[in-house]
Amino acid sequence: MDYALMQRVFPFFLEAAWITIVLSVLTAILGLTCAMLGTAARLSRFRMLRFIGATYVSVFRGTPALIQLFILYFGGPQIGIQLDAFEAGVIGLGVNVGAYMTETMRGAIISVDKGQGEAARTLGMSKWQAMRNVILPQAMRLMIRPLGVNLNTLIKSTALVAAISVVELTYTAQRYIGSTYKPFEMFLIAGLLYMIIIYVVGLAVTWADRKARLN
Amino acid sequence: MNAQKPFIDIRHAKKSFGTLEVLKDINLQVDRGQIVAIIGPSGSGKSTLLRAINDLDPLSGGEIWLEDKQINMDLPHRQYERHINEVRQEIGMVFQHFNLFPHLKVRENVTLAPKMLKGLSDAEANALAEEQLTKVGMIERIDYYPSQLSGGQKQRVAIARALAMKPKVMLFDEATSALDPELVEEVNLVMKQLAEEHMTMIIVTHEMGFAESVCDRVLFMDQGVVVEEGPPEVIFRNPKSERTQNFLRKHLAGNQA
Repeated sequence: MDYALMQRVFPFFLEAAWITIVLSVLTAILGLTCAMLGTAARLSRFRMLRFIGATYVSVFRGTPALIQLFILYFGGPQIGIQLDAFEAGVIGLGVNVGAYMTETMRGAIISVDKGQGEAARTLGMSKWQAMRNVILPQAMRLMIRPLGVNLNTLIKSTALVAAISVVELTYTAQRYIGSTYKPFEMFLIAGLLYMIIIYVVGLAVTWADRKARLN
Repeated sequence: MNAQKPFIDIRHAKKSFGTLEVLKDINLQVDRGQIVAIIGPSGSGKSTLLRAINDLDPLSGGEIWLEDKQINMDLPHRQYERHINEVRQEIGMVFQHFNLFPHLKVRENVTLAPKMLKGLSDAEANALAEEQLTKVGMIERIDYYPSQLSGGQKQRVAIARALAMKPKVMLFDEATSALDPELVEEVNLVMKQLAEEHMTMIIVTHEMGFAESVCDRVLFMDQGVVVEEGPPEVIFRNPKSERTQNFLRKHLAGNQA
């Protein structure tokens, strides 16, 4: 192994890791937003909204994220959607992970005991008041860990945007392989940095989960 | 308003789940302060009837009135929601499985709805919670979480939570069925106390002894109809219907086994 080379390129990988982190954060925010809308739609009393929510989930979980990115980035201009690679990456991955998070949130909400909603409603609370004060606080605790799993998957999926030339970790590794012919070293650094990011996020999720349970 | 009008008036209540008819033309009138027990085998429709009163299980046909207000009014969705939320504030309900809010302390379980729905201040709501929890003998546990309580204690808190809304009627859906035998009595005592205060109550129960000692009237339901109703001494001592006799005999045998 060429340690000297690894040391030399490492700072550039750190910069790329920062892009991966920014990409992950923005994608997670967009994903959570989509998931809240998706969950509201899937639990709506309107059939049309439920249908839209279910379609969203099955389309985005039923096709490869890479194809979704390609359609958005390469196919988009054909139908008048002009995005740069980074924007396309955030939007494409965010909407994609939102579909998975929708199912996570919906699952947590419907697994809160039915009696909880009934008790709240019999006291005179509206559907929304019962949701907001009784069901969601309990669902929140149930969804932290599975959302953490979604987040973990999301961070690793950011590697896909290398395919549409976003200069993040994986793309950077590929670029240095092109000039150094050392794929083992380059991918090793990239992999290590992904692992550190995921480890830290994992700690944060565990902390949040424990805090929610103690509360 | 007609003084003879019943406090709760259930007329021709019908309910089907798919092709299964669980309530077949039920009529029930309850006067203010009256305590009515509904007994019967499981699947007889007694819980469904109780849950129809506050529209947890809406009827497929018939009317339910509380004083001069029809509970299951035919209104557009939004208006109906507003209407039913107001009506439900006047009807307390106690469930078999307590359904306390596990993320809230005992105090907050009781204060949540009065604060939210009646606009009580923190101080007012606290005073109310302390009053109601004292009444059910749970004041010492006011800062506990439900998970730290026994079943009987949970149910007493659930009763206090319902009472804090100052309901006109209390519905009990097998309130002691999920309790260990030694914990039944403490809940029964609270219910007896309410009876002495002339709270109007409808009680779905398997506790024949309790029904006999507390209730003014007993309804025996089977397969979606009221088979027989009358004062407890008649229903329990001298039931006319053979179905009632069979049910009571089986129930008694079951309790002795």
